[in-house]
Amino acid sequence: MSVGALKGLASSGQKPITEILHPLSAAEEPLSVTVNVGGDKEAGLTNGTPVETSSPASASSLFNRLQLDDDLEADVRDLYASTETRDLFVTVDDPKKHVSTMETYITYRVSTKTTRIEFDLPEYCVRRRYQDFDWLRIKLEDSQPTHLIPPLPEKFVMKGVVDRFSEEFVETRMKALDKFLKRVADHPVLSFNPHLNAFLSAKDLNKRQGLALLTKVGESVKHVAGGYKLRARPAEFCAMGEYLDTFSQKLGTIDRIAQRILKEQSEYLTELREYGTVYSSWATSEEELQRPLEGVASCVKTCCGALEDQSESMSQDFLPVLREYVLYIESMKNVLRKRDQTQAEYEGRLEAAILRKQEDRTPMPVEVEKCQDKVECFNADLKADWERWQSNKRQDFKQLLTGMADKNINHYEKCQAAWESLITLLQDKQTEDKTSETN
Amino acid sequence: MAEDGKEESVATDDESDHTAADGTGSLNNTMVEEGSTLLRRMEICVAEAEKRSGKNAVNMQETFTVYLIETRPMDAVVEGRNPAPDALWRRYSEFELLRNYLIVTYPYIVVPPLPEKRAEFVWHKLSADNMDPDFVERRRVGLENFLLRVASHPVLSNDQILYHFLTEEHGWKEVVYETGFQAKADSRLRALSATFRVRNPDKRFMEMKHYSDELQSHTSQLLRARARVADRLYGVYKVHGNYGRVFSEWSAIEKEMGDGLQSAGHHMDAYAASIDDILEEEEHYADQMKEYLFYAEALRAVCRKHELTQFELEMASQDLISKKQQREELATGIVRTFSFKGMTNKLFGQEAPEQREARLKLLEELIAEGEDTVKEKTLECEEHVEKAWVDMQRFKEQKDKDLREALINYAVMQISMCKKGIQVWGNAKECFLKM
Repeated sequence: MSVGALKGLASSGQKPITEILHPLSAAEEPLSVTVNVGGDKEAGLTNGTPVETSSPASASSLFNRLQLDDDLEADVRDLYASTETRDLFVTVDDPKKHVSTMETYITYRVSTKTTRIEFDLPEYCVRRRYQDFDWLRIKLEDSQPTHLIPPLPEKFVMKGVVDRFSEEFVETRMKALDKFLKRVADHPVLSFNPHLNAFLSAKDLNKRQGLALLTKVGESVKHVAGGYKLRARPAEFCAMGEYLDTFSQKLGTIDRIAQRILKEQSEYLTELREYGTVYSSWATSEEELQRPLEGVASCVKTCCGALEDQSESMSQDFLPVLREYVLYIESMKNVLRKRDQTQAEYEGRLEAAILRKQEDRTPMPVEVEKCQDKVECFNADLKADWERWQSNKRQDFKQLLTGMADKNINHYEKCQAAWESLITLLQDKQTEDKTSETN
Repeated sequence: MAEDGKEESVATDDESDHTAADGTGSLNNTMVEEGSTLLRRMEICVAEAEKRSGKNAVNMQETFTVYLIETRPMDAVVEGRNPAPDALWRRYSEFELLRNYLIVTYPYIVVPPLPEKRAEFVWHKLSADNMDPDFVERRRVGLENFLLRVASHPVLSNDQILYHFLTEEHGWKEVVYETGFQAKADSRLRALSATFRVRNPDKRFMEMKHYSDELQSHTSQLLRARARVADRLYGVYKVHGNYGRVFSEWSAIEKEMGDGLQSAGHHMDAYAASIDDILEEEEHYADQMKEYLFYAEALRAVCRKHELTQFELEMASQDLISKKQQREELATGIVRTFSFKGMTNKLFGQEAPEQREARLKLLEELIAEGEDTVKEKTLECEEHVEKAWVDMQRFKEQKDKDLREALINYAVMQISMCKKGIQVWGNAKECFLKM
């Protein structure tokens, strides 16, 4: 499959979405509408608003926006369905290293259990590498632009020193991929995306599109759209944006604190280890005190072990979740930007239409109404995703922070037990001495 | 050793009323050797410290701390009367003088050490300032501990100068200087600082000296390592305090999670603050270790003193042997060893008989003197060995007991730290669960 990916990157396909048809797209005539819309738009644009909408990327996204009417219904339906009866279960596990002459990479086992009729079999088991997840995410983002796509772990970890094939790195990434896929599979709309279906079930994933080019174009669209001033962005979306800014700032602070704690703890651990050896070396020069001192040494050692476990779980369970949410916020901001863009497009068209209406009293063109629908659908999608995201976030952080408290409590409990057993050891010896004295 | 055992049993008999009466003392009484004389007659404590300023010897203004020593006759306490204690103020330097006097007067005793003059082995948060209230307080406890140790020592507690130190504020220094210990102290200091090699070292004392070196190095290593551990632990706790701030800021933008986050933040603040008390308490453990660090020095001093008397004895006997040899040569006329005198004799002929007689007589006198010295030194040495050995054994027992107690207390402290940690994190967890 790696070869397939390389080929995919080399060819620069211009028709990304039609490769796999959206299940709900059959009823409509997407392509013709797209062309129409594109032409009208160019004509209607005034005061220097961006004209990049004719690019294939935006055309394909427009095509997708047309699916929204149906999606919305599905959305509402599935919001309940997904909470009550989940029918798609995915797991990512069992990382394996592949070494070929060309490259070395890791694949992960992706297992699926489902009762959905979209799948031919109730169970699948395929191996995927990071690139494949990346492909899936891009596909989802392109085909469902109005939805919040969960983030993937970063392609490369910031610190270059980390070994990409180290057990720890692979383990952390595997967990993040698992999280990603579970979030997609639990989503009432995304989980029905045919790309996901292909990703989960296809023996060989066929990734024929020029992914790199496509994402680049998509991004430039987003940036230019930022320049247009919206007439009235609904207050709730402004609030979302503000919330995301503050939240990402707080997450950044928490991440820094957690890393600082880890650093302090590892330095503390170094000193504590040395402190323990001082006791054991002292024990060698004592007679009566030999056992007590050895006892303290082994107690300190136990505490070191407990702290080590705690630090490890912090860096393996706590930090990745923070990172995931930092990326999640980025995804969310992306969707917000796209929403603004859609609204901008609508407003532009509306303005032009009103102008024309004043001139020749023609009725409001259908395209403008469609645009308005699009905005409304986008808003509805976004709000639903936002709610879902908020409730997920609450659950995740509740779990994360409770877990942190548990880890700390566990650490202290281990230490306490060690010191308590030391006291019994020391006191036993003392009462022994006392009884022998009185005898 | 048999005597020791007797003393111990006496001590345990008295233990019950002893500890009951001492309940007011802030020090853990287990650290003090029972079977005392003075401490059984008198209740001693260093009640408080006060900052004062005045002129010193060279008429310079200086600030110093004085400590209030309170004493009460024990029989009155036991009878249930509660008389006002006799109280007097002493400076640290006076404690030092007392200790120096004791060291010189009782060279065979492992004299209890004073608390450190300046704070050592501190971690960064702890003030190294001599006037710092925490330092003064710890020193007050240390000085009281010193007095209790001295007053409960089977030998030292009977010293008149000590009694004087505890009961009469004025004129004490003069009395100490009258004993002339200073001169002895100076010569002793010189002798001890000189390097010498004992020919027939006492194996037991050699071992003891070696042990004192080890004790010193281990306790100082321990103290250093502990200071570093304390530093790091402080850092770990304090960084958690930042969670307090960020949780509270974060709570402002949350709806359902807000309250939980906010109160969890308070618990994180409490967690960060709790380390101050924990480490303050741990200083007490460090002080106990420091006492034994300084004890090691006292133990070595006793060993060195033994070496010195042994060395003096060996020198005296050496001298005596050579004198005796000279006499023999003079009497027989045979020169056994090559000497300048022998050469002159050969060159210039034998000296006159009268001269020879006179020289022989002088030698005889010197030999007699030398024999007395050797006898005296032998006696001194034997006495030192005997007494020092007894006190070293006493010290060893005291040390084993004290340090074991100290370790238990340390463990108790660690447990209480763990419990505090569990409690704070437990509280925080409740808040997180409410989110």
